[in-house]
Amino acid sequence: MSEERARIEAENLSKAYGGMPVLRGISFRVRQGEFVALLGANGSGKSTLLRLLSGLSKPTAGAVRIGGWEMPGEAMAVRAQIGLVAHQPLLYENLTARENLDFFGKLYGIEREEREGRIKCLLRTVGLGKRADSLVRTFSRGMKQRLSIARASLHQPDVLLLDEPYSGLDQASIERLDEMLSAGLGAGRAIIMSTHQLERVPQTAGRALVLSRGRITFDDAIDNRDMSEIYRSASA
Amino acid sequence: MKTPFFTCVSAIISKDLRAEIRARELISVMALFALLSILVFSFALELDREAREEAVSGVLWVTLIFASTLGFNRSMAQERDHGNLDALLLAPVSRAAIFVGKLLGNFIFTLIVGLAMLPLMTALYGLALLDGWIIVTTALGIFGFATIGTLLATMTVQTRAREALLPIALLPIALPFLLTAVRATKGILSGAPAAEWQGPLGMLAAIIVIYLALCLLLYEYVLEE
Amino acid sequence: MKSLPMDLRKDTSPMPRLLRVLTVITVLGFAGTLALGLKVAGADIQQGEIQRIFYIHMPSFFGAFTAFGLTLIGGIIYLARKNETWDRIALAGVEVGLAFSLINLLTGSIWARPIWNTWWTWDPRLTSAAIMCLTYAAYLMLRAGIDDPGKRRAFMSVYGILAFVTVLITLFIIRIVPETIHPVIVGASPQNAQGGFEATSGVVIALAPSLLLWLTLMPITIIWHRVRLEARIEAMNQLKLQALSE
Repeated sequence: MSEERARIEAENLSKAYGGMPVLRGISFRVRQGEFVALLGANGSGKSTLLRLLSGLSKPTAGAVRIGGWEMPGEAMAVRAQIGLVAHQPLLYENLTARENLDFFGKLYGIEREEREGRIKCLLRTVGLGKRADSLVRTFSRGMKQRLSIARASLHQPDVLLLDEPYSGLDQASIERLDEMLSAGLGAGRAIIMSTHQLERVPQTAGRALVLSRGRITFDDAIDNRDMSEIYRSASA
Repeated sequence: MKTPFFTCVSAIISKDLRAEIRARELISVMALFALLSILVFSFALELDREAREEAVSGVLWVTLIFASTLGFNRSMAQERDHGNLDALLLAPVSRAAIFVGKLLGNFIFTLIVGLAMLPLMTALYGLALLDGWIIVTTALGIFGFATIGTLLATMTVQTRAREALLPIALLPIALPFLLTAVRATKGILSGAPAAEWQGPLGMLAAIIVIYLALCLLLYEYVLEE
Repeated sequence: MKSLPMDLRKDTSPMPRLLRVLTVITVLGFAGTLALGLKVAGADIQQGEIQRIFYIHMPSFFGAFTAFGLTLIGGIIYLARKNETWDRIALAGVEVGLAFSLINLLTGSIWARPIWNTWWTWDPRLTSAAIMCLTYAAYLMLRAGIDDPGKRRAFMSVYGILAFVTVLITLFIIRIVPETIHPVIVGASPQNAQGGFEATSGVVIALAPSLLLWLTLMPITIIWHRVRLEARIEAMNQLKLQALSE
C-alpha cells in the first residue's frame, strides 16, 4: 500500500494568524479513492486546513503536495487537480446554473464540446437537470450546495475537498448528497470532508481525522467503531 | 495545465456582460449618478455661457470619476459577495488574466456611461462635446480610472469599511489621469490649436502605460493571503 | 521572549550604537542648521526675516520625499521577500513623511501670509502637495481597515508603491500645469512666480546643510526609532496572544 502514490500529502503544516497559531505541525497522507472525514469542534482549524490544502492560503510553515505537485511553485498543476466545495457556494447569483458551470469550465480550459457534454451530465447527476436555466438566486440552499458540488467536480479533479457541506441542509438533502458522493462523483477520488456533527459522518467515509486545537489527535480507520467515543477521547 | 490567458479574459468579460445585461446593477447606478451630478453641478455653479466653457470639462471628469467608483465597487462586490473571488483563485488561471478580465469589463461599462454623458451635456450646456478627440480623451481617461480602480477595488472590498474606502484610496492616485484628461478636454473644447492639447493627451496615454504595467505586476499581491 | 520570531527579536533588542550616534548627530545637526538659518545668514533685502522660514520649508519637503521613498522601497522589498521589518519601515515612512509634509505646508502657509497676502491659495503646486498628504492619510485609514495581518502588509505595500506617484506629481507638477505662482529657488522660476528671491552665497550656506540633514539623517533616524517602536508593539501583542492561547 505504501507504494501507491499519495494524492494529498500534508507535511508539518502550520498556520498562524498574526502570531496566533491555528494549526500546529500537521502531517498526513490521503491515497487515491480514500474518503476521509475531518472532524473537530468549531475553531479547531478545519476550514483553515482545507484552505491550505486547496492553495487559497499559504502555510506559515510546512508543505502541501497534491498528486506529487507542490505549492506554490507548481500552483497551476495543483489547482487543476483540486475541487473545493467551500462554506459559501461560490456561484454567481445573476447567472443560471448552466451559465455558472459554463463559466468555470472555461476557466479550467475545458473545450467547448467537452464542456457542454459534461455540464449536461453533471446537472443531471446532481438533480438539477430541470432547473439548468434558472437563475441561481432562485435556488434553495440545498440546490446551491448541489450545484456547488457540480462546479467543484466539473474539471474532474483527483482531489475533492468539502467544507461542512451539510450545514443548512435538511435530512433529505443530506441523504441525497451522501448518495452522490458514494456513487459517481466520489469514485476514484481522494476526498476530505469536514464536519462538526458526529452523527453526520457519512457511511462511505473509511477513515477519520480528528482536529483539536490545531493538532491531529486521531487518525485511523473508522471500521464500525463508535465515533462519539473516539471523538471524546481525541478532543480531551 | 494553465488555462490560456485570453480564454480566461474573455470568459470573465462575457460572464460580467451577461450578468450586467440581466441585472443592470452597474450601468443603471452609474448612469443615474452621472445624470444627477450633471444637474446638481449646473444648479450649484449657476453656470452662464462663459463659466460653462471654463467648468464643463471639470464637471465631466469629476462626474466620471465618482460614477466609476460606484461601478468598480459594485463589480468587485459581485466577486466577493458569495465568495466568488475564491472560486476565481482556485482555477488554474494567471492573476494577471483575472485583472485584465475585470479591468475590461469595468472599462466597457464606464465607457458606455461616459459616452452617454457627452450628447447629454452637449444638449444641456450647449457646448460641442461630441467631438472625435473628446471621445478619444474620454475613452483614455476612463481606461486609466479602470486600471487603478480595478486594483484598488479588489483591495477595498476585502477590508472592513469596504465600499467607503474606495473613493478615498482612488481619488488621489487617479489624480494624474484627472489632471491630464481635464486639460486635454478643456483645450479641445476651447478650439485651441492641437499642439496645446496633444501634450496632455500624450501624457495621459503615457501614464496609462505606466499604471497598467504597475497594476499587472502588483495585482497578484492583492489577491493572495 | 523565546517564542518571538527572529526579526522581532532583533528589532526589540537594546538600541544599537549606530542609532545612538545617529540620534546625537541629528539633534546637533538640527540645532546647527537652525543657527545657520536664523543667525548666520542675513535677512533677505525684500522679504526680511520671514524669508528665513524657507530654510525649513524646502528641506522639510525633501525629508518627506525621503520618508515616502522609504515607504516605496519598503513596499517593494516586502512584496519580494515577505520580511516584516520592511513593512514596518514602510509604515514608519508614511507617518514621518506625513509629519514632514505637514511642516512643509504649515511653514509655506506662514510665509505666504505676508508675501502672497493669503494663508492658502489653490495653486497647482499647493494643491498637489495637499493631495499628497491626503494620499498618505488614506494609507493610514486603509491600513486600519484591514484585519488580517498578512493581507494588511501586502495591500499596504501595494498602496505605498502607488501612492509615490503623488510625490512625483508634486515634484513635477509645474511641468504639467505651468501656471503656478510658487517660486523655484534652484533653477529657472516660472513666469508667474511671486515671492522668489536670489540664491545668494549666504542663502546657499544656510540652505545646503539643512537640505542635506532633512534629506538624509532626519527621516532615517526618526524612522529607525519608529520601526523599533512598532516592533515592540507587535512583540507585546504576540506575547499577549501566546499567553492567552497557552
